[in-house]
Formats: sequence, C-alpha cells, structure tokens
Amino acid sequence: MTGTSAETDPHKAARRDVMTVVAAATAQELSRVRALAPAEAVDLRAPETGLVMVRGRMGGTGAPFNLGEATVTRAAVRLPSGAVGFGHLLGRDRHRARDAALVDALWVEGTRRDALEAEILAPIRRRLEGDHARLEAETAATRVDFFTLVRGDD
Amino acid sequence: MYVSVKGGEAAIRRAHRLLADRRRGARDVAEIVPDQIREQLSLAVDRVMNEGALHDRDLAALAVKQARGDLIEAAFLVRAYRTTLPRFGASRPIDTGAMAVERRISATYKDLPGGQILGPTFDYTHRLIDFALASEGETPAPERLDAPSGDGPAAEIPRVTELLAMEGLIEAEPESDDETAVGDLTRAPLRIPAGRDLRLQQLARGDEGFLLALGYSTQRGYGSTHPFAGEIRIGAVEVDFEAPELGFAVPLGAITVSECQMINQFAGSSKVAPTFTRGYGLAFGQVERKVMAMALVDRALRTEELGGAVTAPAQDQEFVLSHADNVQATGFVEHLKLPHYVDFQAELALVRAMRAEHEARIEAEFLDEDGLEEAAE
Repeated sequence: MTGTSAETDPHKAARRDVMTVVAAATAQELSRVRALAPAEAVDLRAPETGLVMVRGRMGGTGAPFNLGEATVTRAAVRLPSGAVGFGHLLGRDRHRARDAALVDALWVEGTRRDALEAEILAPIRRRLEGDHARLEAETAATRVDFFTLVRGDD
Repeated sequence: MYVSVKGGEAAIRRAHRLLADRRRGARDVAEIVPDQIREQLSLAVDRVMNEGALHDRDLAALAVKQARGDLIEAAFLVRAYRTTLPRFGASRPIDTGAMAVERRISATYKDLPGGQILGPTFDYTHRLIDFALASEGETPAPERLDAPSGDGPAAEIPRVTELLAMEGLIEAEPESDDETAVGDLTRAPLRIPAGRDLRLQQLARGDEGFLLALGYSTQRGYGSTHPFAGEIRIGAVEVDFEAPELGFAVPLGAITVSECQMINQFAGSSKVAPTFTRGYGLAFGQVERKVMAMALVDRALRTEELGGAVTAPAQDQEFVLSHADNVQATGFVEHLKLPHYVDFQAELALVRAMRAEHEARIEAEFLDEDGLEEAAE
C-alpha cells in the first residue's frame, strides 16, 4: 500500500511534513513563496477545484464509510530546473493551491531549502505552535474538576 | 403528468428582483457579508455543510446568505454546486482518535482518562435571552489554563468505547480496510436493505429535525435501545488524500467534526456472552444534537442484524433512509406548487361525473321511495 511509504521513506516523510505545514497556512502566508520561486515556473496542471469524498470509520475504528465530500483545489508546477511540485488543499482558493505547489517544488529542488524554511515555513510553524497552545489552554480551562467530598470519620 | 406552460417570464424576472430586494432588507441596516455568517452563525453553516453533503465553510456561508437564512434552501444550493465539480477521489478514513479535542464529554464515566472537557457549549446556560448581545460591546477573550504536563495530546484522551472494549463489554467493531467496497449514495441509487456504510452516509446528510424526531421516538418507546451517551467529542482532524501522482497520502488540511458513541443495551446469544451494542454518529462541524440523533437512529437501524424484530419507524430502513434527505423531500413536497393544470382538469371532470352520478342515484332512490309510498296507500 502506497500510503505507508511516507512512514517508511524519510524523504517522503519530510516532504509530507512540509505539506502538513502548508495545508495549515493562510493564503497570505503562502503567497510569500512567489518572491522565492523563479518567475519561469510553469503550470503542469492549472489550479483546478474538485471534490474529495471524506471517509470516516464506523464506531471510529471500524470499516470505512463515506461521510461527505469536501472541496479541494489542486495544482502542479515545474521549475526551470525540472523540479515538479504539487499542491492539494481543502477549499477553493486557486492561488493558495498554486503557491502550495511552488513550495513543494522548491523543497523538491533542494537548493533553496534553507531560504524556504527561514522565510516561509518557520513563520508558519511559529504561528501554528501559538495557535495550538492557545487552543489547548482555552480548552483545558473548561475541563471539569470534580471535588471529592470525604465522608465518614476518617 | 407535468405540462410546460408558456408565459410568465416577465413576472418571474420581476419576482426574482423582488426576492433580491427583500433578501437585502432595509437599506439603513448594514449588509452582512459571508465572512460574518461563517464566523458568527457558524452552527447554521455546519448544518448546511452536512445537509448539503459538502464541506466548504465559505460556500455554505454564502448559501445561507443567498437563501435568506432558509437552511434547507441553502443545502439545496450547495448540493447543486457540487454537481458542477469533478471528483478527485476519496480520503483515507479520518482518525477521530487523533482529534485535537475542543470538547469531550462522557455520560457513562465521571472520572475518566482525559477528563470531561466542556468546550464551547450551550449546556448549563439558563436559556435566558441575553439582551447585552443586542448592543455592541467587546466580547472578553476566553480564559486559559495551561494543560497539566502530559495532558492535551490526543493519546491522553482515549475513547470510552475502547475502555469498554478492553474488558470485552462492548461488541467489537469489525475492522476492515477494503476501501474499494465502500458504498456511495452519490454514485449509485440507494437499495434497501442497505449496508451500514450507506446507512451512515445517508444519516450524515440527513435532515437534523427528522433524525432528532426519530431518535426521540426510540427514547419514548418506539424501538427502545436503552442508550447512554458514552462519549461525545468535537474537534479538528487531519484529512489525508492518496494522490496517485505522489505515491503517498497528502495532507489536505484539517476539518472540524463531531462524533457520538452511543452505548446501548445488550446483544448476545447462547454461544456469545452478552455485550453492550454500538450506535455511531459522525458529521462535519459542531453538530452535537445531529450526531446524537444519528447515533440513536444508527443503532435502531441495526435492530435486524442484532437479532431483534423490526416494529418501530426508526428501525425501518425503508422508512428512515427514504425520507431522511431534506433536499429530496423538499423537492417532492414543493413540486406541488408547480402547474398541475391538466392533472387538475382531469380530477375536476372526475369529481363532476361522480357528483352527477351521486345526484342521479339520490333522485332515483327518492322516486323509488315515492313509488313505495304510493303503493302502500
């Protein structure tokens, strides 16, 4: 099964890790990649919106079933070096999907990973860490503390 | 039989322009934008996504605006939109066990690993109208509490059903990764009896009010299942998509879902020891009432496979699955508004003929009675 390959192949796992950051980025955060990517990047696949059927599992752990569709926009670009990048993101934002493909292409190309990390990915990671910490703290504040009433004569 | 009727184009055009005007309402009141609906009427947006069977918060918010807040009309708009898009494929099944939990409660265990996390809930509010919301004012930021060390990650919040499963007290959920065999209502018409995959798909897109009424009916005795809300959890899960050109599962982003694990009374036989049985609810967004009702109805629809007799509406697949979809239902109910002039002419002729026959019969009986009376005299 191809799905396990990202778990066993460190290259694919690292590429997937970048995609995970990109998938959580805003359109504005991703648009910064345009300053980094060569203007000669060509569209292998012009941004296209379609549907992915989201699946769940019966009882959370059982056999799969179709929960409902989600809009997804995908794009593919090729850099002058020949590096090809893909973007697949929830929603209908075409620019965001193409920017995601540019990030992937730059990461695959490999020569500017430091700049990519410093200028694009690191700020997104920092913002996400803050968001997650805030959400966890807000959620934790609503956790019920039960008082234990001690009964009897101890 | 429907007959095309010519004419009325000008009236229709003006009616739609009038609709746009009434949608806008009084011009001295600020116009709402879809972003406001998405952020501030988010539970309406969630309902439209589910009943429209399409996850897209911006699109659903726009549909709510276009439909003037008529949520079934909005779901209809979303369904129509999805037919214009190509299907890229199916996601890997989402893992609700790895959810970034925003709410998690159990009605079966007070103290349980991970705890009771209320999150943003209407529960325990007094349902008193808050007149302060009618005036502008700053909403205070939520309080924060640093989670105790080791707490927070999903691994620390195990499923209640897993706790029961460890002791073998609940029926096993048969695992399967045969993803090619997953039934899809959007590709093939529903056939009864339907597998649980198709039933859950239809319930997930089904009308919340209809499912609520059916779930309630099981509680009132029409196919009782003795349910407990074992666990309700709401939060974000990652959606992964196996992109053929990449050869691994691509992360598409996260969506919020609600999940309900209903724990119900027993199954078992002379050979199999008794266990609790499961009802499951899952849907997009924060839709707690929907997934609770869905879990009740899912369990009720499993009556036959668990060896029970189908006696109540909520247990009847034909009844539940054929009537759960409010877009279908509104289509058939509202089509009664369309011209049925020729149908009705036929009915008019029929009722006139029946009335004439009825009158002739009464007259004949009257004459007969006269005749009898005369004969008696």
